[in-house]
Amino acid sequence: MQVLKRTEVLKDTLTHYCPGCGHGIIHRLVAEVIEELGIREITIGTAPVGCAVLLYDYFNCDIIECSHGRPPAVATGIKRIHPDKIVFTYQGDGDLAAIGTGETIHAANRGENITVIFVNNAIYGMTGGQMAPTTLTGMVSTTSQDGRGTHGEGPPLKVCELLSSLGGVCYLERTAVSTPKDVINTKRAIKKAFQSQIDGKGFSLVEVLSMCPTDWKLSTAKAVDFVNNEMKTAFPLGVYKDNG
Amino acid sequence: MGQKILLKGNEVMAEAAIQAGCRFFAGYPITPQNEVPEYMSKRMPQVGGVFVQAESEIAAINMVFGASAAGARCMTSSSSPGISLKQEGISYIAGAELPCLIANMQRGGPGLGNIRASQADYFQAVKGGGHGDYCLIVLAPASTQELYNLTMNSFDWADYYRNPVMMLGDGILAQMAEPVEILPYEPILDLPEKDFILDGCKGRDPRVVKTLVLRPAEGLVSHNEHLQKKYKRIESELSLCEEYRVEDADIVIAAYGITSRIAKGAVRMAREKGIKIGLIRPITLWPFPKENFKNIASDTSQILVVEMSHGQFIEDVKLATEAACPVEFLGKGGGWYPTEEIILEKIESMIASPVAAAKGRA
Repeated sequence: MQVLKRTEVLKDTLTHYCPGCGHGIIHRLVAEVIEELGIREITIGTAPVGCAVLLYDYFNCDIIECSHGRPPAVATGIKRIHPDKIVFTYQGDGDLAAIGTGETIHAANRGENITVIFVNNAIYGMTGGQMAPTTLTGMVSTTSQDGRGTHGEGPPLKVCELLSSLGGVCYLERTAVSTPKDVINTKRAIKKAFQSQIDGKGFSLVEVLSMCPTDWKLSTAKAVDFVNNEMKTAFPLGVYKDNG
Repeated sequence: MGQKILLKGNEVMAEAAIQAGCRFFAGYPITPQNEVPEYMSKRMPQVGGVFVQAESEIAAINMVFGASAAGARCMTSSSSPGISLKQEGISYIAGAELPCLIANMQRGGPGLGNIRASQADYFQAVKGGGHGDYCLIVLAPASTQELYNLTMNSFDWADYYRNPVMMLGDGILAQMAEPVEILPYEPILDLPEKDFILDGCKGRDPRVVKTLVLRPAEGLVSHNEHLQKKYKRIESELSLCEEYRVEDADIVIAAYGITSRIAKGAVRMAREKGIKIGLIRPITLWPFPKENFKNIASDTSQILVVEMSHGQFIEDVKLATEAACPVEFLGKGGGWYPTEEIILEKIESMIASPVAAAKGRA
């Protein structure tokens, strides 16, 4: 009989995340994958500016904290020096798809052999609920108070669709953590993304649709519903690129 | 004697970096430093190093941030507008105490400016540049040979102090070709083991490289105090300055970098005319060689600051000389540079002025 236990890739500590936040689930999935692949001692992660900046307090592996938007560039520097090590970035939507769009696209296009975990919760969490590049059309935030799209904000940026045309990209998948089935599927996708890097195939990214009840101003249950009903419609789940 | 070859300043710096074991370069095209990434793109693969043409100056400095944390000797280079873009990254590197070399081959500003030589980024280089209280070690070579030697040394200072170093050159130094002796690299310091490298935590506890200090509440105060203590130590240990014919000089020219090279020519011209002129040139702009300047000011009747800006370096000269003698100024920005004749003309006008007579040295 299998005995479930806490993964050794996460430290035995409380996190600072709000109730109902998806980061805790996604941290655990990344950590379990690192443990199952046996790569903890050769893995270097990057911490983003945003709610997950403190992930170095939770992950039990080497971590570098980056300036806002620059993890793919920092990861490029590390991976090029240590091509035999495993390098992952863990980034939010503002980090990856607004201030760091250039770094994301060019690291992907160069085919940097790194793995990107992209947490899309459609909002700036740490700064208090401002409009993100992935905020849904019509969605109210502290900087789109009449709903996105009414004052020239444009539609939400679709990262997987955007990156799918780039030659250096090996694997792109969008998943969610709003149902048990989605959680299991996300873990499979993250494992495949890390395995792609181990196999030297190039840039891999998993976009995970995640909950932010606090800044969405929804209950934890309603935040789950929002992902299932609204976000999955705006951001269809699935594999966007897979070079095998 | 090493081999002497004819190279442009940019190429000299790149080759010196290679010789010193620099194995990671990330950069972005901008005139007048383009020969650096061009040279690196060819040489790095030859020595098993990494060259990345970054998508932006911002990406380049952050790639260097990563490569340095990964343990490599690494550098980036640019020119004024590009260096402005790198400032956030430089602040992070200084805050995380990572070693690297950043070269600024200055051009005319502000804004897009022009591609002629300038020294208008002095404040940016020696007073911080980015956000927060931090210091870069700033070097100002006046010849391509000195550029070669200082580039090699800069990696030692960066590693020894765990601090970024800036090579503050300009468009003339970058573009001029001189014969340079390609000396083999010899470390000038006993370098500490790099105990911060991120290379996977096999056999040790995980390491974190970061600049965010939220906990404890006074943590960032302590970190800043630690940085300041290091800067004080660097100031007490590292100070390079050349003094040329200052012993009997009535007027001493203060200039750095390529301007000091021109000023040296003006000193020779003046001496031939029987005018007793000397030159003081800081080689480290930070730490600033304050003692040399203080001593010069007490022994001479006037100092003439010459720089290719509207007066930035002069502020440090005035601070260091503590009003012990008058400090005159000759300088312009925007790509202007002084000739030996222009400097000599200024010297002659100073001799004729009542200030020199008042001090009564002559």
